[in-house]
Amino acid sequence: MDFVLPLLILAIPLGMFLFLGLLGMKMSPKLAGVLGTLGLGTVLVLAYITAFTYYFSGDPAFINAEGVRQQLIVFNVDWLAFTQNLVIRLGFLLDPISAMMLIVITTVSFMVHLYSLGYMHGEKGFQRYYAFLSLFSFSMLGLVVATNIFQMYIFWELVGASSYLLIGFYYTKPSAVSASKKAFIVTRFADLGFLIGILILSFYTDTFNFIDMTSNPGGVLASTGGATFMGASVLTWALVLIFIGGMGKSAMMPLHIWLPDAMEGPTPVSALIHAATMVVAGVYLVARMFPVYLVEPHALEFVLIVGAITALYAAAVACTQVDIKRVLAFSTISQIAFMMVALGVARPDIHEALGYMASMFHLFTHAMFKALLFMCAGALIHAVHSNDFTAMGGLRKYMPITHITFLVGCLAISGIPPFSGFFSKDEILVAVYEYSTFWGIWMTLVAGVTAFYMFRIYYRIFWWNEPHYHHRPHDCDWTMSFPLIFLAAVSIVAGFIPFGKFVTWQGHEYIIHMNWGIAGISVAVACIGIFFAWHVYRKESDLPDKMADSVHWLWEAAYHRFYWDELYLFVTHKIIFNGICRPIAWFDRHVVDGTMNGMAYVTQKASYAIRGLQSGKVQMYVWIYLIGVMLLGAITAICWM
Amino acid sequence: MKQEIGLIVVFLLVFLFDTFMSRKQQTTIGLLSCFFFAIFTAYGFCPSVLTSWDAFHGMYATSPVIVNIKNILNVGALIVMIQALRWADQDMVRVRRGEFYELLLVTLFGMYLMISSRHFLMFVIGLETASLPLAAMVAFDKHRYESHEAAIKYILTAVFSSAIFMMGLSFVYGLAGSLYYMDIAASLFVATGVNTLLIVALAFVIAGVGFKLSLVPFHLWTADVYQGAPTPVTSYLSVISKGAAAFAFLVILWQVFGCVYSQAWEWMLYALIILTITVGNLFALRQKNMKRFLAFSSISQAGYIMLGVIAYNAMGLSALMYYILVYIFSNLAAFGVIGAIENATGKVSMDDYNGLYKTNPRLSFTMMLAMFSLAGIPPFAGFFSKFFIFTSALNQGSVAMYVLVLVALINTIISLYYYLLVVKAMFIKNDDCVIPRFRSASSERFALWVCVAGIIGLGIVSCFYNHLLTVVVG
Repeated sequence: MDFVLPLLILAIPLGMFLFLGLLGMKMSPKLAGVLGTLGLGTVLVLAYITAFTYYFSGDPAFINAEGVRQQLIVFNVDWLAFTQNLVIRLGFLLDPISAMMLIVITTVSFMVHLYSLGYMHGEKGFQRYYAFLSLFSFSMLGLVVATNIFQMYIFWELVGASSYLLIGFYYTKPSAVSASKKAFIVTRFADLGFLIGILILSFYTDTFNFIDMTSNPGGVLASTGGATFMGASVLTWALVLIFIGGMGKSAMMPLHIWLPDAMEGPTPVSALIHAATMVVAGVYLVARMFPVYLVEPHALEFVLIVGAITALYAAAVACTQVDIKRVLAFSTISQIAFMMVALGVARPDIHEALGYMASMFHLFTHAMFKALLFMCAGALIHAVHSNDFTAMGGLRKYMPITHITFLVGCLAISGIPPFSGFFSKDEILVAVYEYSTFWGIWMTLVAGVTAFYMFRIYYRIFWWNEPHYHHRPHDCDWTMSFPLIFLAAVSIVAGFIPFGKFVTWQGHEYIIHMNWGIAGISVAVACIGIFFAWHVYRKESDLPDKMADSVHWLWEAAYHRFYWDELYLFVTHKIIFNGICRPIAWFDRHVVDGTMNGMAYVTQKASYAIRGLQSGKVQMYVWIYLIGVMLLGAITAICWM
Repeated sequence: MKQEIGLIVVFLLVFLFDTFMSRKQQTTIGLLSCFFFAIFTAYGFCPSVLTSWDAFHGMYATSPVIVNIKNILNVGALIVMIQALRWADQDMVRVRRGEFYELLLVTLFGMYLMISSRHFLMFVIGLETASLPLAAMVAFDKHRYESHEAAIKYILTAVFSSAIFMMGLSFVYGLAGSLYYMDIAASLFVATGVNTLLIVALAFVIAGVGFKLSLVPFHLWTADVYQGAPTPVTSYLSVISKGAAAFAFLVILWQVFGCVYSQAWEWMLYALIILTITVGNLFALRQKNMKRFLAFSSISQAGYIMLGVIAYNAMGLSALMYYILVYIFSNLAAFGVIGAIENATGKVSMDDYNGLYKTNPRLSFTMMLAMFSLAGIPPFAGFFSKFFIFTSALNQGSVAMYVLVLVALINTIISLYYYLLVVKAMFIKNDDCVIPRFRSASSERFALWVCVAGIIGLGIVSCFYNHLLTVVVG
């Protein structure tokens, strides 16, 4: 494959970021927005061409004679060489999952660019917003096409930084500022684990390249020489630490606390970054390293358990929130946990690692319908100027487009056939049941709860009783409606994509079989959830309060997100600040600063003391020169003798 | 060979044009010189079939590494020539501007001789060819008293230092019976040990070259000369002349005295480096005149460059070349800004720079980049050049080197303080009589753009250093 197209995919968003960032304030907001959108539109076309060429051209570089899809490094530039083998390269890796991610990222990003033209209209800093969106798109694209783990880490931090910038877009709002800081610090903290993991792994394997590691996972295991640390093998530690980085980005428990707060950012940003693309980076990371995880199943067990607990936890919390964006945020956490669980149960002997394919499939469909749901939420917030569903109700009459598209999103996420979520979730459940019935039942339960909380807000927003609206809510203009309709259409049909043909862990083709037994159970459970939501929320009544009272403490705990934020505050403020930071601050102020001040004082004094050397008299210069030569010779001679 | 011939051709062309052009046509001589030299510089980068050869019975030799360092120096000299265009157009200088370019080309040729020589006689010829015309260049502003004073100081100390240097050479000749680098190295290798005479000779040789590099305590001329000389000459002295001397120094110490590294010159250089970096920094702290300030900063930079020599390994050579390359862009950016401001307003004091950001944001920004790069702040090129040169010294492996690098690091912090003083003056301080907004000449702006591109580009794109490393390793 020619390198021009892939290079442009990365260069255009970066160039657009620099262009809008440097010159944006000199042009009208509208022009900046249109330019940004056109730029990403170009990237969209290029990414589609690249991905479709990869999947469909049948070129032997992409798919060999046995029908196995190949990993292809389009280009790879040496950037910094530590040693002969440990070289940080910047490159472009084309394989089934990166090509799929190219489609996901550019599609959602383009929709968000388009949608923001209407949604962000008239905001202060419109040009800056588009510059940041371009930066994010660049970083995310660079992340998924990384050829080596260090390149991924670099772009990993870049997406973190652009997420920080976009969450804090309304920087005059204190809550947005603290949310952006929280997101940055929590993910950065997790990335420390990632970095240590990279260092351990590269120390033993002597390579950063993904292909070197994944093509020979046995060699990776052998290279550690059976070293152990605190009872677990070094490789387990490395993989778990890398996964902790993924936990931070993908908001797995207990590092999930930043994602609900990140909803302070503009809603299209939530759709792009905190629903569809950046937060699945953790899943993508595990998928990228999957063959290595396979040789160390303990690490995969860890992934499974973290995912399963997070899925149920987030679903439970989502049932109680009143802010629609927070409900969607917790729903995102829960759905990403589904993907993690799918990876955690993927084994080659279970339907050729069906979980891997299912996870990527769910990533794809979830990106589409969750971006759709967020954009619908944006349209609702635009119409009623509140995030809380208590300010909404009966909106189906006023906003038909939003209503229908939101319903499509809810049906998709609940796993009702024939919407896309049904197919991907079904594959996950099949994989989980094959692995263990216990986790199968657990995840089915979560799927039921998912249906309940999604239809809870659906009925509460579009049915219930109408509050008094100050002015009549209405659907938005085409820039905002088109993305909704487009993504809704994708969410309806995406399930019929024969995904196993394109994405499997070793590139073999996999024919998806429906397991009608499991599908039937999950649909039945989802229908129960929907029925329950319908019963409680279809019209105004005291049923919701009764329901909350019947499980009072559980409801309260879930409403307060099981007190995780309070726990974090307690640990950081009370224990770390008082116990560790204060003594360090004292030490810094008195000992470190004292030393530095002393050194500065000595330096100044010395500078003053030797000023006589530079007298300006040339005979003096020559004298000092001569003395210097003699001293140099004399001292060396004495030392030598 | 093509570089030497090319340079002579460029010189002859400039000389002939200068001699036979009418007065009126002579206005273009500066531009013409830059044009010829630019073509020559580009020509130097063309791959050549003949990469290694020698002439004059092995007195003069070249290799891929030498071609590279000459290319680097050419780029720097080209920038200096472009920066000088505006200055050379002044009333007092205008009639003689052809001479400036001729003298500059001659000194550059002298530096070529220094770099390529494999025999001390050739080296001395190069050294003098590079030094004496420089004195004329320093005195170029005939109407200014400081310019004469600087030239006198320069010529007196240079003559003195040459005498010392040649005294050292005569001792070396006495010891080895030859002035060929190879023969001296061979006979030193055969000799059973180091004797006092060799140490004295080494001290004299090091002092002689150390003068050109302005290593402490042979540096005292630097501040007065840099301050008094015309700004383009100062930048030429501080960058090109220093770069060439550093490389020639490395060649002499490694090729001729390599076998007595640990017995003799490692510790001499060790002491000189610590002295140079520290004393240069201590003086730079209190300077108010920008040119004098950069003089001391360039003294301490020379100390850092010497780390590559004392490293005595392949990485040291490539790191030294890379350092020179980066230093050219950073220092010339700083001098370019100083020159632009001096040409427009005649001001060179740091206090005059107060609040410059408000009136001339682009110049301030360029100056800030230059200061950051000189101080070694990532991601600018200066960080990487320091990083590589420290790494090369550490690769040498002894504990003493760790101490040396530690001292150098502490000095980096001190240097950061005074580099930031400039930034502070431009961006934070306010003044009632700020330098008014002015538009610098297009030649100056062009040169500054090139420097900025170098500072940022070299910091991000790694292939330059990798290229140098592959050339060195072979």
